[in-house]
This record gives sequence, structure tokens and C-alpha cells, in this order.
Amino acid sequence: MAVGITSYGAYIPLHRMSRDVFYKAWGGAKMPGERAVCNFDEDSVTMAWEAANDCLRGFDSKKVDGLFFATTTHSYLERLGASILAVVCDMREDIRTMDVTDTLRAGTTAFAAAADVVKAGSAKNMLVTAADHRMAAPAGDFEMALGDGAAALMIGSEKVIATIEGSYHISDEFSGVWRPEGEQYIRAWEDRMIYDKGYSEVLEKGIKGLLKKYNMKASDFAKVVYDTTLESRRHPQMAKQLKLEDKQVQDPIFDTVGNTGSAHAMLMLVAALEEAKPGDKILWASYSNGVDAFILQVTPEIEKLAPRRGFKKHLANKRMLENNDRYLRWRKIVPLEKSRRSEQTPTSIAHLHRDSKIALAMYGVKCKACGTPQFSQGGSYGYFTPLRVCVDCQAVDQMEPYKFSDKIGKIFTFTEDRLADSNDPPTTVNVVDFIGGGRALFDMTDRGGQELKVGMEVEMTFRKLYVDRGFHQYFWKTRPIRF
Amino acid sequence: MVGSIKDRVAIIGMGCTKFGELWDKSRVDLIVDAAKEAYADAGVEQKDIQAAWFGNYYDTTGLTGQALAGPLRLQYIPVTRVENACATASDALRNASYAVAAGIYDLVLVLGAEKIKDQGLSGLAVRNLDFNGLMFSMTMPGMFSMLATRYFDHYHIKPEDGKHMLAHVSWKSHKNGALNPRAHFRKEVSMEQIIKAPIIAWPLGLFDCCGVSDGAAAAIIVPAKDAKKYRPDPVYIKAAQMGVAPADGSVSQKYDYLHVESTVRAAKAAYIEAGIKVPRKEISMAEVHDCFSITEAVIMEDLQFSERGHMRDDIEAGFFDLDGGLPVQVDGGLKCFGHPIGASGLRMIYEMYKQLQGKADKRQLKNPTLGLTQNLGGQPPHCTIFCGIFGRELG
Repeated sequence: MAVGITSYGAYIPLHRMSRDVFYKAWGGAKMPGERAVCNFDEDSVTMAWEAANDCLRGFDSKKVDGLFFATTTHSYLERLGASILAVVCDMREDIRTMDVTDTLRAGTTAFAAAADVVKAGSAKNMLVTAADHRMAAPAGDFEMALGDGAAALMIGSEKVIATIEGSYHISDEFSGVWRPEGEQYIRAWEDRMIYDKGYSEVLEKGIKGLLKKYNMKASDFAKVVYDTTLESRRHPQMAKQLKLEDKQVQDPIFDTVGNTGSAHAMLMLVAALEEAKPGDKILWASYSNGVDAFILQVTPEIEKLAPRRGFKKHLANKRMLENNDRYLRWRKIVPLEKSRRSEQTPTSIAHLHRDSKIALAMYGVKCKACGTPQFSQGGSYGYFTPLRVCVDCQAVDQMEPYKFSDKIGKIFTFTEDRLADSNDPPTTVNVVDFIGGGRALFDMTDRGGQELKVGMEVEMTFRKLYVDRGFHQYFWKTRPIRF
Repeated sequence: MVGSIKDRVAIIGMGCTKFGELWDKSRVDLIVDAAKEAYADAGVEQKDIQAAWFGNYYDTTGLTGQALAGPLRLQYIPVTRVENACATASDALRNASYAVAAGIYDLVLVLGAEKIKDQGLSGLAVRNLDFNGLMFSMTMPGMFSMLATRYFDHYHIKPEDGKHMLAHVSWKSHKNGALNPRAHFRKEVSMEQIIKAPIIAWPLGLFDCCGVSDGAAAAIIVPAKDAKKYRPDPVYIKAAQMGVAPADGSVSQKYDYLHVESTVRAAKAAYIEAGIKVPRKEISMAEVHDCFSITEAVIMEDLQFSERGHMRDDIEAGFFDLDGGLPVQVDGGLKCFGHPIGASGLRMIYEMYKQLQGKADKRQLKNPTLGLTQNLGGQPPHCTIFCGIFGRELG
């Protein structure tokens, strides 16, 4: 039984910033290229969903036996991200869930664990989704070097697109970059040592260890996919250390996305798989406090994969953030004048728990008597949950579950609310009629300056609404169909 | 509906404070001021009041009828606190009228009061305890402006033409409000000022939004047969109807965002109750719920004052201006008189009452016979509408 990758997905936020924007704001050293910046309503949970959702295209989420979430930027120290994501992804309840964290190697570590679960026969299909949006304090190189993004892989033993032929792992105590408990920004040791004693030495040792273990040479691989650092020189230098030919080296996406932390190696692998041909061997390695390294063998199944957004299309689809002020606002780096609006009514976790399928998986109902799909977020503004009496025919308790998260909507009416309290005003309010039935009122995100029209199509995306007493309130928003 | 309120009860006294940012007055002051004026106008004393209904939205949940009994020291009579969002005061009047019509009481007080400006906020506070946290932050202008987006799109109205039409609504109310010493805003504004004002929620600008105000208003109600014992010019209630939407407009694709169904239903019922066949001709004047200019515009169609899709023609022709065929917002409306939630419904009736008695000073219309009030609580897709008709003659 060959175990390996059966599907992949990627997510790169819509917004990018030229590193020149940071340079113009703060001075310092120039850095070429641009970086991905997630919107103010995105975090690692929402981005991990985007990648997982992409990975689940053409796949029944109820057949997934487990979800591992890899990140170093989860919003909670005590509340499992994987369990939130499993509901958002509409997975079964009797599944394995785990957050893998505290290291930028979390993505590959979760992948290795998931592969072992499948190899052991404990599960058939395991989903690993990795996302990060690390922060560096303003006015330094790291802020320019980091990027936000996510990637996901499904591991199974049927219709495998890339089998796992071998793996090798190293644990290493040294960490030149760290983020202590209670601090928002990464810290670092003097940069020569970070890389000399860390990345350049340990990653080489890990990759060479893998080759030695399986008696292979670097030249056996069509592509070698390995992490980058917080600068641009060490990655090409590693290619020399490994004596790789240029065509073997997977683009580190440092100049286009930035370093996406625990999602980075996986995002690079997705990019590699998009270009891979049956028979290709791929060496995949991630560095941080050691190394996870794998040998992957691409199979003909890769050509049968269902269409998805993937890496390349996400990368190409972008909107530039033209000024640093917007970034400071989105990241809440500077305090902003308080809105003179009323305080948000406190979130009720009890209420929300009852409505968790609505909130997280965007389930509504469909009336069995008249066939009308209905969605209601409940609570405020005259919406009520659960929907037990049909809005159109008033039949009572004739409802069956109906999922809205994957439905396309058309804008029925909209406005830009400039009075509403928002981190990024104005709030684009839109009433959406779903194709197939159902109507609801949403906030629109990732709109930028795009002009709206009645009848315009929108898709649903999972975002964060706000935080109340440390409770991160996620919900769905509309966005113009991204591509 | 089996019975009718028509000509069964009468208003024999009313009071209304100045509306506005009344920094030096408390809710208690406003309640006492409105009640004092109403008692004096009716020629009654507080000890004669047999029961009372109190309308208040923001402050007095859990305080029961004591929120009125306390400030006035009403002596152990029944007092009911009513809350129906912005239609609160109208509903208090409706319930009081039914108690009088039922023959249980023959002299009751209805009073609505709101002290919004103590909250220190821009616009209205959004307050809802039935809350799971899934509703994003939005405001009333945001909610109502979506009527305009849809209306403009559906009737192919160019944005600049739509803005012009809406501006006329507010321009007219400012003209009327300037004539009213009790109004919150008493300044005429030009069409250009209105059109160029900062946008709050497109296409609604600053002058498309009503005032947020403090204020109180009161009415004394008696059986119609007793009315002339108190005064020669009582005002009779011809209709007091209410339509409450099943909160369906944001959930069902059937709602068109071009009208407010609750208004259509409440108005139809009120016209039947009052025996009115052609509202545009028979109604002399109206005070409607102009929380935003687009709301008033759409109401003109829902009340059958304008044909569907044609309110713009009437608005632009000045049909609802003070000197038009059917003057609307004679007192300045919510736009200029102001909008203290729990008092607004009674304030609308106050203007109808004064106009019918010929006591509306510079705003006085020539010989009005029937006045209509329309009061909206909630938002276009899901709201409560009161529609009342008031006349100076029986029959």
C-alpha cells in the first residue's frame, strides 16, 4: 500500500506590498520584491481554511478521518484550531485533530505525523493544513521578509499523486529566531550565526542525511524543494552546497510571497506539484529547530486531479497595498481613534455553540414542503435561529440541512456604510441572493476599490469578525469572485 | 378584524417638549414637561388619570411602568411600559385607545420619552441581547440606504437624479422645520448643500439622515362621547393599525427592497378602518417615518399617495411640500423635528392634533380634515409599522 499525497491546495492572500513601501516608510536597507499581506479579517485559521478548502475540491469532506493544523500564529494557546477548522471544512465528528505548533517546521512535522497515521492503518485520509502570519516589529528587514499564506495536503493511499518514498528527521536545539510567550513580534540573534549555525548547516545535514539513508544523489531529483530564510542569499547558497542544477531548484517565492513560516515549505511543494510530471522525484525539506526531509515520487494520478485554485493562480491574482498606513491599521500596530459607536453586544458562547454549524460551516436549512433554502445568522437585526418555521410557506419543522458556504450569490442590493465601526472603513454591506435559493445580509471583504453593481456575483469566504474578551469570532463574508 | 376604533376615542390634550440635544434636561424633566403641557391642554389634573401607557426604548427595561409612575408620582394606577422600537409611542397610544374603547377607563395618559443624547454616540446605539455575535457592525443609514440602491437600479434612475430627488425630501423638511420653534433643526438648507454633504452610506449623505434627539410627548385619551365635555375641538382617532413583518425580508428572495410591506398592510387596514377610498385625495396631511430621505420617498408609494414607481415625479413636483397637494412632514419630520425613539410616534400625532385644531402657527395648513401618521420600528426588510388616521369631526 503506497501512502502519499492525494490532493493539494494553496492560499495566498489577495493583497501584496512592495517592499519599497516599507523602505519608503522607514528607510533602512532596500529589499527587492514584494510580500503577501493578509487582510485585517484574516488569520491563520481563516487562511488554513482557504487552503484546506482548495485541497478538498473534488473530495468528500466526510471521508476525511483527521485534520492537523500547523501554525505558529494560532489565536489561542488553549483552544484547538484543528477542531474549529474541522467544522468549517464540514468534516465528521469522529476524526483525529491536532495542532502542530511552536516551530516553523510545523507543516512538515504535521505531514509526517499524518503520513504515519495512514501508514499505521489508523486512518484512510488525513488533511494537513498549514498557515502563518508572523509579525515583525516595524522598521526592520524582517517585516519586509515575512509573508502571509497557507497550504494544505491530503494524505491517503488511494489515487495517490505523489507517494512518500522515504523520510529523514533531525532535531536541533539551536534557534536563531524565536518569539517568546506574550510577545507579538519575532526576535533574532545576530544574523551570521542564525544562518551559519542554523539554516545553512542543519538543513544541509538533514538533506544529506536523507540522501545517505536511501542511498540517493541530489541529481536523482527533478525538483528539490526546501525552505528559505528571512533574507534572499542563503537559499541559492544551499543549492550550491547541495550541488543542484538551476532547474532542480524550486523557486523559494521569497520575492513574490515572502517567508510564510510553517506554511512555506508546503506552499513551495504545492507550486512544485503543479508543474510536476508523472515519474518525477521530488526532495522536500523544511528547516527550523531541525529538519524534516522527504522523498516523493509523482504518479500518473496527478494528471487526474480535480481543478483547483492552487499556487500559481493565487500568486497571479493580487492587489497592491500602496501605503504602509493601511498595513499598520490592518495589523493594529498603531492605536486608532475609537469609533463613537456603541460597544459591540457581548458574544454569547452558549448562543454561538448552539449555532456553531451556522457560524462555522455556514449551514442553513431547506424547507421540504416548498423547497426554499434559507439562511439566517441569528440574533440581531430580526434574524432568528434555528429556522423552524419556513419563511416562505410557514411549514413547521419541515427543514433539512442545506449548506451555503459553497454557493455563489448575486448582489441584490448593497451600500458602503461609513458610520459603522470597522478596522478598514467603509463597511460594504450587501444583501445576497444565492443561486439555488436563499438570501442573507453580509459584510464584503477583499473588495478594494472594485465598483459594485446589483447582480454582481460573489463567493463566500471564512473570516474573523472581531474579538470579544479574547474570543475570536469567525464568520462568513462575501467577496467578489476572486478568479 | 371584528371591531374598529373609528370615532370611539378622542384625544383631548397633548404635550410635546422641544426636541433636540437637551444637555440640561433629564428624562424625568422631559416626562414632567410633556405631561404638564398635556394636562393643561386637556384641562385635567393628574389625579384624574386612571391608567397610563409609557413608551421608551433605551433606558427603562426592567423598570416596568414605574419608569413613568416614578417621575410623575402617579398614585398606584396601572401603568404599562410599551416598547416597539421606533414605533413605541404609537403602539402605546394604540393600546391605551383600546382600553378606553373597551370601556374600562375613561381618562388615560399616553407618554413617550427618550434621552438618547446622554449616550454620547454618533447615530443610534445598536442594542440587542438576542445575539450570537455573528452580525457585523453596521448602522441604520447602512440598512436603509439599500432601499435606494435597489430603487435606483430597478427604476433606472441615474445616481445624480436619485440624489436630487432625495435632496428634495430633506430640503422640504428643513423648510418646514425652520418654521417650528420646537424642532431640533431649525435651519433651511439649500439643495446644493444637501447634495454635496458628506456621504454616510451611499447614496445617503448627512442631510438624508434624521436628527438623533432627546424629547418627550404625551396625549390624554377619553371616550369619544365625553370629548366635548373637555374641549370644543377634540381630535378623534379614525384608525390605529399596526403591521408587524415576520422578519422575512433579509431571508426570503421574495422581498424587493423597493417598498416596505408592513406599511402597505398597515395602511390598507387603516384606510378600511377609517373608510378612506382614495388616500391621495382624502388625506389632508401626513407625518411619516422619514428616518432617512429614501424611507419617506418609498413610504409615499406604500401609503398609496403616489403610484408605484412614481413617487419621484410627485416629490420633484413639490406635491408633498407645505404648499403642495398633500403636505408631508409639516412639522419638519424626524429629519428636523428630531427623533427621540420612544417619543416620535406621539410627536407625529401632536402635529396632526395641532393642525386639525388650527393651532399650527406659521405651518398651519388650510382647513385640514384628516391627518395620517406612519411610524416605523425596525428596518425595511423586517419592521413594525403603525398607521394612524386622525380627524376633527365625528363620522
